[in-house]
Amino acid sequence: MEVLLVSLLNGLVYGMLLFMLASGLTLIFSMMGVLNFAHGSIYMLGAYFAYESTRWIGFWSALLIAPLLCGAIGAAIEIWGLRRVHHNGHIAELLFTFGLVFIIGRSVQMAWGMLPMPYRVPASLDFPLFTLYGLQFPAYRGFMLLISAGMLGGIWLLLKRTRVGMIIQAALTHPGMTAALGHNVPLVFTIVFAGGCFLAGLAGVIGGNYQSTEPGIADAMGPIVFVVVVFGGLGSLAGCFIASIIMGMVVTFSVVIDASIADLLRPIGIVPRSDDLLGEILTVPVARIGALLPLLMMVLILFFRPRGLLGTRDT
Amino acid sequence: MTGMPAIRLADVRKNFGATEIIRGVSLDVAGGERHAIIGPNGAGKTTLFNLISGRFPITAGSIELRGQRIDALPPQRINRLGLSRSFQITSIFPRLTVFENLRCALLWSRGYRYSFWHLLPRARALNEATEALLRDLNLAERHDLPAGLLSYAEQRALEIGMTVAGGASVILLDEPTAGMSHSETEYAVALIRRVTEGKTLLMVEHDMRVVFDLADTITVLVYGRVIASGPPSAIRADRAVQEAYLGAMAA
Repeated sequence: MEVLLVSLLNGLVYGMLLFMLASGLTLIFSMMGVLNFAHGSIYMLGAYFAYESTRWIGFWSALLIAPLLCGAIGAAIEIWGLRRVHHNGHIAELLFTFGLVFIIGRSVQMAWGMLPMPYRVPASLDFPLFTLYGLQFPAYRGFMLLISAGMLGGIWLLLKRTRVGMIIQAALTHPGMTAALGHNVPLVFTIVFAGGCFLAGLAGVIGGNYQSTEPGIADAMGPIVFVVVVFGGLGSLAGCFIASIIMGMVVTFSVVIDASIADLLRPIGIVPRSDDLLGEILTVPVARIGALLPLLMMVLILFFRPRGLLGTRDT
Repeated sequence: MTGMPAIRLADVRKNFGATEIIRGVSLDVAGGERHAIIGPNGAGKTTLFNLISGRFPITAGSIELRGQRIDALPPQRINRLGLSRSFQITSIFPRLTVFENLRCALLWSRGYRYSFWHLLPRARALNEATEALLRDLNLAERHDLPAGLLSYAEQRALEIGMTVAGGASVILLDEPTAGMSHSETEYAVALIRRVTEGKTLLMVEHDMRVVFDLADTITVLVYGRVIASGPPSAIRADRAVQEAYLGAMAA
């Protein structure tokens, strides 16, 4: 019971963190048709920027400085990079963002090295929020929930209630018509790309000291965020949100489940032999294949529902 | 308005790769007139619209809107100078409500630009203007319906409404009655006549009844060239047009 509740909470924290990344990626993807491979790299930059500004100024200002830096980098990438590459088609854009992954990755390694940075949770948030069945829930995770919930509300308000949100929604489906109505669509693209990078940076700030701040986190987060976007469906923020939470739960729960498929089969009388390949696969505990599950889910949804949960277009 | 044409194309050319699609089109659309462009499929009618509205750059020549060169401007700048267009493929925003669609078309002209901090529900003047336009289009009952769920004819009516909403004085409609039944077409023609009152209208149209009913001037485009331009009676009598186009229709 206590494992269930704590895992639920942890899954929610992780899911919301995923949503901060995936929401920006899905907006960029569905509006500009650009699959930004470098989104995980921006997340990593956010974590490193947050570490540096925490060292020099303090955590609370890092909460603003790091995302702003990431947003500025995003705007620069869009204006001076993607716009030029755009004329050469989607493959060129894809390769461009793929190249960015390596450039950002190497730069980070050159600046900070391969080892994890001691980017820690601020002392003012380093206490147990409450105790559940003898297990402590850290206040910092509550703080992460607060930030990501605030971001969710902010994004919703922006898209549904403000003028620029209205224009973004319009440009999601018909950029040509939106331009014909007098709106500067290239500027909207820049705003969305920079906004997505801002959110990825913010996720880096609160995720960097939750997970770790090392060069490997870009590669760790990149694929799973991509899975969330495909799973949720293109062009749908609601689908993206649901997919993020599901994925957060799946990853969190798979770590604590010690059972295997063979355990499920045993009550109905099937006992796989343990000395052949099939038997070995069936007796692997779920906890050991946890990292594989999200990718498996992506393959399944592409088979049975290529539009994703709530998507409007085929991926 | 008199004297200077609303739109002037001078020897406009457009190549896609090595293929010349528009091969030297010169065309004057007088202010306040209703001008139809007709021609067989592949004549370049929609391409011409895309050039005028700034969607594609031209290869050579010049395009003027009321005496001002617009051929190097992006679409949104041309729109803000007072030229608005619709698309051949219905291009309303299917997930937004009918009301939001129209409001989106009004945002720029009413001075609401990229401000993040003002909430739209509080923009009373904007919302009232949108409501008025909705009633004008007979779409008031559809207010909160996602536009993608409207009937086809209603979607086209909404798109015409969005095209004129910004108050542009030059309106380009690309096949506004395509795919409509007879009664739907009649309704659309009446709507177009009403909402473009006092404006300059340039339209691409395949339905000859609509063309001869609505247009003051007709230009015939065949393979990227203008082969005739004039009042409907002259076009009807033109031998070259009959051979290239109308004859084929009558046969």
